[in-house]
Amino acid sequence: MADVNTNWSARVTVSPHLHEGSNTARIMISVILCLLPAGAWGVFLFGLYSLYVILASVAACVLTELIITRLLGRFTLNDWSAVLTGLLIGYNMPPSVPLYIPVIASVFAITVVKMAFGGLGRNWMNPALAGRVFVTFSWTGFMTTWKTPLTWSADAVTSATALGFVKSGLMTFEGTVRGPVEFLASKGYPIGKLPAFLAPLGRLFPGRYGALFLGNIPGCIGEVSALLLLLGSIYLFVKKIITWEIPVSYIGTFALMIWFLGGRPFGGAVFTGDVLFHLLAGGLMLGALYMATDMVSSPLTSKGMIIYGVGAGFLTFLIRIYGSFPEGVSLAIIIMNMFVPLINRATRPVVFGYVKEGKE
Amino acid sequence: MAYARRTLRTFGGGGVHPHDFKSLTNEVSIRNAPIPPEAVIPLQQHMGAPAECLVEAGDEVREGMLIGRAPGVFSANVHASIPGKVKEIREVYLATGIPSKAVVVEFEGEFERGGNEPMPWQDKDPRELLGLIREQGIVGMGGATFPTPIKFTTREGSPVEYFVVNGVECEPFLTADHRLMLEKTGSILEGVEIVRRILSPRHVLIGVEENKPDAIEVLRGEIARRSADIEVVVLRTRYPQGDEKQLLKALTGREVPSGGLPLDIGSVVSNVGTVYAIYEAVVLGKPLIERIVTVTGPALANPANFKVRIGTPVGNLLEECGGFSAKPGKIVAGGPMMGFALADPGVPVVKGTSGILALSERQSRPVLQTPCIGCGRCIAACPFGLSPTSLYKWIEHREYSEAMAAGLMDCKECGCCGYVCPAHIPLIQGMKLGKLMARKKG
Repeated sequence: MADVNTNWSARVTVSPHLHEGSNTARIMISVILCLLPAGAWGVFLFGLYSLYVILASVAACVLTELIITRLLGRFTLNDWSAVLTGLLIGYNMPPSVPLYIPVIASVFAITVVKMAFGGLGRNWMNPALAGRVFVTFSWTGFMTTWKTPLTWSADAVTSATALGFVKSGLMTFEGTVRGPVEFLASKGYPIGKLPAFLAPLGRLFPGRYGALFLGNIPGCIGEVSALLLLLGSIYLFVKKIITWEIPVSYIGTFALMIWFLGGRPFGGAVFTGDVLFHLLAGGLMLGALYMATDMVSSPLTSKGMIIYGVGAGFLTFLIRIYGSFPEGVSLAIIIMNMFVPLINRATRPVVFGYVKEGKE
Repeated sequence: MAYARRTLRTFGGGGVHPHDFKSLTNEVSIRNAPIPPEAVIPLQQHMGAPAECLVEAGDEVREGMLIGRAPGVFSANVHASIPGKVKEIREVYLATGIPSKAVVVEFEGEFERGGNEPMPWQDKDPRELLGLIREQGIVGMGGATFPTPIKFTTREGSPVEYFVVNGVECEPFLTADHRLMLEKTGSILEGVEIVRRILSPRHVLIGVEENKPDAIEVLRGEIARRSADIEVVVLRTRYPQGDEKQLLKALTGREVPSGGLPLDIGSVVSNVGTVYAIYEAVVLGKPLIERIVTVTGPALANPANFKVRIGTPVGNLLEECGGFSAKPGKIVAGGPMMGFALADPGVPVVKGTSGILALSERQSRPVLQTPCIGCGRCIAACPFGLSPTSLYKWIEHREYSEAMAAGLMDCKECGCCGYVCPAHIPLIQGMKLGKLMARKKG
């Protein structure tokens, strides 16, 4: 091929001519894959029906986006964001919810929250969370009915989530306990009891906190296993798909506030809150690692992400401890979503060459 | 030689570290490219006004003869790079896609030059030296082609603290400066002394990235041998450290004010190629008619470093490398981060052409563009502290004044944002368009 002129390639584009190699679809698929172990645990814990819940959400999201984009003469399913939204909606459903509820949540998320604003990248709120909150307020009964894990003995006295059990229990409780875990134990909440075939895991993560960490508790399908959610996120951190700012500031602020005031409802002093219980018992891990970090609905700069994380952590604490709901992760995140444009405006980066004299 | 990476100096925020592909040519010595049968010498090879044509079709020209005169200070002289006859004056497209009048010289006759006695410059007046540099058409060889005499014209009462020689060569693929530092060490250092005479700086630094350990060693050895007062500073390899503002940040910790020049912080930066051209201009009396060009890329048979006559068509150099070893995806003039894709092998090498790249099909394949997902990676990567995604959106919506207010003109088009964007949005294309439109609107 010595003749340069005849083999000339006339492909002309603007620089840069090299690329790091990332793309939107790969980011979405990575997040999906990293979420799968936690979902598998949920299905194992709550039975095959919970798999149908997840599949119904994914199918509803994909179909809704397909129909809308067809009407608009576009095709966007190849960015995989609809699948991820569906997966997250499924993960945020109680295991025994009627299938029409995740379907409605999905249609709402894709139609109203995502496509009405222009599709991927234009949604100013996390579609999955918006969908979940929409159905939570519409079908509160179904959305707060929990299924006992199959790993629990059949005579378990309750199927409430640990957070819900503590919250409602405290309303009529008088006296003093040393915190939520002791409170649960005193009321016979069967936390920490693993069936025989999971005993090796139980030895690895002993006691009640171990059970919380493993996720052997009632809850939403995908939120229960803090362990698997954390493991999945390691890959995302390594690949820099999520950065430290949001998870650390979110979890850090929340932990600090819980430690500071979380012991008060139990009649304890300040700085006696049970941080570990609150980190592991609800949807915090799923929220802080996978939902608050949604690139579209979170701030752009490092500083902005920290402000957003601090806000979400504080609001989650506020709702859980002083609000009327036992859980506050979804609401806290979508409230902070609304502040993102303001945060972005307030945290514009400093342009090179504008540093004041003497501030080197 | 190994360096403790963390201790090495580098610039502030942002930047990227792409694979450098330099091993294709960093051990290939510079050799002379063949004299082109026809040299196409544009009159606009530099920033500023084009040179005024001094010849017409049919004129005989000698090698090194002035054929284009700078009409003012912000311009540069242009010289004939080969002897011969002017075939025509015609409009050509430069690598940038911008048209320029060019003198087409048909190669004829003999080379007269060569064997000049080195000129003793040590006792010359600095102003006289500056005049020589202007006469010989010296411009910045790093790519921006800013007329060097302007850079060297210091203001009364503001002394130059740092003269920085830019040996960073942070663009992937390029090894022209690297080879020059290895092969012309002494001449470069003599060029530095000439500049020292002009600027009388308090410190002279040469910035080199750690990925060129042999060049660092050779420079340090030669400096020690001459006991010259020059410090070679090893920098952590990071793109775009070769940008003069980022280099000054890395070396001095100071930031050139927005819209300002290095002189505003008492500094002057010149590329090693420029310093070598200054040496040739002053000591050998040779105008800027040749430069070192790295011709490389995965689609090229035998990548090489050439000393090339200005005006040599790019196609000739690719042929000289044995042509393509595979169907190239894209041909680029300059580095892969800031260079220009070429539509035509007839585009001539000019004073600012540091490399010619034949990228592979795989590297050049168009990628699906998706909407911005607000990941913020372009902001984290921007070494100038801009928000490329916001600028792009304003430009898309023709809100040029908003974009200007957010620093559009501070964008150096280094390409870091486009390199990291997972949505493959043509951010740099947007910046270029935005600047053009904003200027048009005044």
